[in-house]
Amino acid sequence: MVLALFAASVTLQAADRLISLAPADMLIIVIYFAMVLGIGVYLKRYANTSNEFFLAGREMSAWVAGLSFLSANLGALELMGWAAATYQYGILAAHFYWIAAFPSLACLGLVMMPLYYISKTHSVPGYLHLRYGEATRALSGISFAFMTILMSGINMYAMAIVMKVVLGWNIHFSIWVSSLTVAAYVTLGGLYSAIFNEVLQFFLIWVGVLTVPILGMIEAGGWSGLVMKIHERVHSDEYVHLWSTLGTFSGNPMGVHWTGMALGLGGVIAFGYWSTDFLVIQRAMAAKDLRSARLAPIIAAYFKMMVPLIVILPGLLGLALLPYKLVPEGTPGEGLHTYNEVLPLMLARYCGPGLLGLGITALIAGFMSGMAGNLSAFATVWTYDIYRPYLTKVKSDAQLVVVGRWCTILGVFLSIGAAYFVTQFKSIMDYMQALVSFFIAPLCATVLVGMLWKRATPKAGFWGLLAGTVSSIAMFTLVKVNHSYLAVIALSPNAKEMAENLYRALWSWLICFLVTVIVSLCTAPKPDDQLRGLVWGLTDLPSERGMPLYKRPVFWAAGVGIFFVILQWMFW
Amino acid sequence: MSKQAHMVPVWFFIGVLLAIYGVIIFAVAVADFRHPSAVVLSQYHPDLFGGILLLLIGGFYTFWFWPGRRKKE
Repeated sequence: MVLALFAASVTLQAADRLISLAPADMLIIVIYFAMVLGIGVYLKRYANTSNEFFLAGREMSAWVAGLSFLSANLGALELMGWAAATYQYGILAAHFYWIAAFPSLACLGLVMMPLYYISKTHSVPGYLHLRYGEATRALSGISFAFMTILMSGINMYAMAIVMKVVLGWNIHFSIWVSSLTVAAYVTLGGLYSAIFNEVLQFFLIWVGVLTVPILGMIEAGGWSGLVMKIHERVHSDEYVHLWSTLGTFSGNPMGVHWTGMALGLGGVIAFGYWSTDFLVIQRAMAAKDLRSARLAPIIAAYFKMMVPLIVILPGLLGLALLPYKLVPEGTPGEGLHTYNEVLPLMLARYCGPGLLGLGITALIAGFMSGMAGNLSAFATVWTYDIYRPYLTKVKSDAQLVVVGRWCTILGVFLSIGAAYFVTQFKSIMDYMQALVSFFIAPLCATVLVGMLWKRATPKAGFWGLLAGTVSSIAMFTLVKVNHSYLAVIALSPNAKEMAENLYRALWSWLICFLVTVIVSLCTAPKPDDQLRGLVWGLTDLPSERGMPLYKRPVFWAAGVGIFFVILQWMFW
Repeated sequence: MSKQAHMVPVWFFIGVLLAIYGVIIFAVAVADFRHPSAVVLSQYHPDLFGGILLLLIGGFYTFWFWPGRRKKE
């Protein structure tokens, strides 16, 4: 009775929503909120020092760090957005899980993580401070804080829109209840709480959505039945092949050439995201030892490559089985469903009371894990890389924790502000991918050159990063002002927006790389003794001699590589 | 000894939550067994099997990671 009244108070009329929840579904959602808050309250007693609050005491096992690493990336928009992209582009969307996972996560675990971990820094901007100096730290810290808040706000708004469309929930209710819950548990338990809840959310996402691919494949008659039904629907084989259609820009629904996919996505965007976005790196830094820190991204890679089972496959099943055609966002017409609704529609297709509540809880969990990741990373970067060096001279460790807690709350309110800001300028949501290419792609070059080349100088780090970021923003603006420049940037008149994102990231990476190298050759480098623990070749790694092969990160990274090759071969 | 050694492991929380969900979904499935909801393939009773599976996984995790159990061993 109470749950039914609660549901009625926050929802719109049944006609305005896609799915109706039964009291059992509402009970499942309420229990979820109680559990995540309970975990935050329980863990507060363990988050007393800055090391505990910001880095979870560096005590996490490889499994916990790895699952949390992936969960921070597995937001609800990630789930629904890529299911929608699959409906639109077919299995090509799986590249964002496969080529975007294998080379970059293996490289992070084997090459970059040792330097992040051994340098004992608190953040990626903190590493840049040690490697290049104050100016580069300031530039990357401020751009990261700005990007994190904007992304968090955009995610929050988009999630509220989804909750309104799918469940009929009031937008303000969704924004405030979800964000205040995340704020409460991250403020209380810091990174401990964020990580615990992310691992919990990882399980919920899987068990919540897994019903769709299982029942969908039964209904479709297995993979061959699915391919046949898609062929009947779209009269083309382009939707079920990964690489064979990428020989030309016009030969596939995404309008991308294989070079853009391999170099732009696999080589720059994915590499940049996984290896320099502190949102995910922070989870691996919380590992209990170097071996666990190196294994965390490799464990995440295995699960990342399995995520298409609950994201890409439901999108393909929607394309094959839904009795009506989904349309792009903003298409006028009564009763039409958009691409973005494909995952909730498939949940509603197969899940009755109880299972439906679990599926919706999975979407909410996805949103909250993404937001907790943003908040904990923002609090750390703001406290260590902006507040402490530039705004005040914080003296004690206890003061840092207090500042971190207030920063978490500040981050929530800034995110809520950003969410309401986005409601005024709805097209900003389209720029999320662009935001990544502005800040992440050049940062990747700066970090990579800094880690691998001892000759890279402090001035080169700053000017390279600045040049990469400015050039990326300039390319984006140029195409907005004159759309014909898209053909120049993406190297083909047949290129589409997705290709623009991939190639812009590639060019901004190259510009950053070249400027860093040229300026380095013209300026004075740091002496070797200041670079120990920061650069390959000057850093002594603990020997793995005597360690059984199956315990070595390189063994498991090779396994990811084999898994990757098999998947490419299967869906070529 | 590290603080984490005194903590209730995250796997225990996962076990408890999944077990509770298993009980709820199983109970709903049993109550609606003769009149399943009008979803596609409801004749296979996915809620019944899903509930049992969640209960088994959740129960195992709850038992295996029960606070203090592993220390006693």
